[in-house]
Amino acid sequence: MALHISTGPHLRSRQDTPSLMRDVLIALCPAVAASLYFYGFKALWIELIALACALLSEYVWQRLMKKPMRLGDFSAAVTGLLIGLNMPATVPLWVPAIGSVFAIIIVKQLFGGIGHNFLNPALAARAVLLTSWPSYMTKATVPLRALTLGFYEKTLEGVDTVAAATPLLMPGTDVKDLLFGNIPGAIGETCKIAILLGLIYLLIRGVVRWQIPVCMLGTVALLSWILGKDPMTAVLSGGVLFGAVFMATDYVTTPMLKVGQAIFGVGCGLLVVLIRNFGNYPEGVTYAILIMNIVTPLLDRSLNRKVYGEVKQHG
Amino acid sequence: MAEKSNKPTMRGVFINGVLNENPTFRLVLGTCPTLAVTTSAINGIGMGLAATFVLVCSNFVVSCVRKMIPDKARIPAFIVIIATFVTIVQMVMQAFLPSLYDALGLFIPLIVVNCIILARAEAFASKNGPLLSAVDGLGMGLGFTCSITLIGIIRELIGNGSVFGISLLGASYQPMLLFVLAPGGFITYGLVLGIINAITAHRQAKNPEKEE
Amino acid sequence: MRITDVGSFFLFMVNCILCNNFIFSRFLGCCPFLGVSSKVQTATGMGLAVTFVMGIASLVTYFVNLILVALGLEYLQTIAFILVIAALVQFVEMFMKKSMPSLYSALGIYLPLITTNCAVLAVTIMNVENSYNLFESVCNGVFGALGFMLAIVLMAGVRERLETSDIPKSFKGFPSSLITAGLLSIAFMGFQGLVK
Repeated sequence: MALHISTGPHLRSRQDTPSLMRDVLIALCPAVAASLYFYGFKALWIELIALACALLSEYVWQRLMKKPMRLGDFSAAVTGLLIGLNMPATVPLWVPAIGSVFAIIIVKQLFGGIGHNFLNPALAARAVLLTSWPSYMTKATVPLRALTLGFYEKTLEGVDTVAAATPLLMPGTDVKDLLFGNIPGAIGETCKIAILLGLIYLLIRGVVRWQIPVCMLGTVALLSWILGKDPMTAVLSGGVLFGAVFMATDYVTTPMLKVGQAIFGVGCGLLVVLIRNFGNYPEGVTYAILIMNIVTPLLDRSLNRKVYGEVKQHG
Repeated sequence: MAEKSNKPTMRGVFINGVLNENPTFRLVLGTCPTLAVTTSAINGIGMGLAATFVLVCSNFVVSCVRKMIPDKARIPAFIVIIATFVTIVQMVMQAFLPSLYDALGLFIPLIVVNCIILARAEAFASKNGPLLSAVDGLGMGLGFTCSITLIGIIRELIGNGSVFGISLLGASYQPMLLFVLAPGGFITYGLVLGIINAITAHRQAKNPEKEE
Repeated sequence: MRITDVGSFFLFMVNCILCNNFIFSRFLGCCPFLGVSSKVQTATGMGLAVTFVMGIASLVTYFVNLILVALGLEYLQTIAFILVIAALVQFVEMFMKKSMPSLYSALGIYLPLITTNCAVLAVTIMNVENSYNLFESVCNGVFGALGFMLAIVLMAGVRERLETSDIPKSFKGFPSSLITAGLLSIAFMGFQGLVK
């Protein structure tokens, strides 16, 4: 291999992949902290298992295939952690384990490893698990009653009382609960404040551009409003925010150009509302982003012709 | 095999169909039934045997009439011959194996357009004698049957915890539903094909003299 | 699923293209789907050709079926339909050869193989089994084929992207294409239940 041929995004050279991925890991810290806070040790176990299985699969594959070891680029770690954060607290531990193995081996390494997967591995794994064990994957627990130890329950009650006293909370609305994460859902996606902190960090560090998250959330809000739903609740409930910040912004599986990213975001938002309101699944974020991942090569193909080389200006 | 110019023997032709030119794993023909009906092992066998019957009969008849058919009308003539046998299979199955017929559904009449059958009629039966063609049909058909039964077994085992309807993995096994659904068909076929390629490459690396 | 008004027409379309996609949920037409999906351009051409053939085949077989029923020869359905399709494909091929030679050479061997594209025969049999009327039959044919086209073009987009990928040697070609199709099919499961 004298000539190195790589797929997009070309602006990312090998050296700075680890730093990008490290930034994503840092951005995930608030969400991890929130999951531990709300769900206790069970969340820790789920995340650790998912993380460990992802790293192990990557290691074993690269060993077997005699490829250069790339554990140090943290991409497998990000995938594993994302899978863990996407699990409900009641899930048996083997479910995230299988998800991680599938994500790394089938979605990523079979297509040539980092930079070559055309689907977001964590999302594809989530979709596989959702299809295979729907009863485990859709059973979401209310954090207050979650499998937490007494210690956490106490703390939670304390928080709840304090929050209830805040004047911001108007009777009848539960925007506060949505924001703090006091709602059923996957362990990492409930606490919106933690996710927003992550988003701010990623934006400041220049790891993600605003186009995808903003377009996606905006579309969800707008379309939900048109359908007569509360736009605020639509954006803050389920996994929309988590998906928009951490899944839809993945470099490898999203368009290269800003225009493409905007279209990508709008498409995701549209599909989320479509699947949520008319489909079989209560939450459409996973499938919406996966479908847009598939459309990405065609988007890039049609846009790149018009604005060739614009990519180089950003980096 | 094209590179072997010596006269084909019955045994050679049969082995060729089952192994060397296995329609599913080597030639990758007839992918639709391979993907669609392999949700269980029994469906795989049923589909495979139905296709084998059509393959043997059509190869035999095509070979018998090969000198009578003008070259231009070749393909339509083959299709009529194949469709006739498919209709026979369809009726027999409907009468004697109604449950299997229902399970395979649309894919029984679709044996007509299974590329394996037309490909063998075109590539083999129209150039060789009737008996040899029938043996080729048998080899190809059994190769196809074995392959799709294998895929059926894998999908049924993982997706349902059973093989031929007999529960193997116990009650505590949580079946991975994906494998009996559409995506599982593609993924299982792809993985099995890739693994077979890897094994073949490994063998060839071990015995380089066998390589062409 | 029947077409009674504009709303049900729209649902019928969504159902054919997205929910019960010919490739991703019915496994019909997999051979050309795997064979002609390496370039977006040829995939689009193939999709158009199939759409054309499937639409006309639905139309023609509707009348053929009427004749068969009138004569009490329903058991000849498979044979009659496949002959009609074969003749149609021949016609399309001659037409393309004359008026679109570049597309003709690009589609190459796969054009005559539309005959053995099981999606075409399947759609005509489905029309009869569901006792669709003429309009529903043609819609089923055209939208079903558009679903096939969507699938094959998306697949081609992904495969063009994967062209430079470092896919393990034994998974190059068909195995990786099949797994790609599987992953696409997983994403398409999101459309399940859009039409009840």
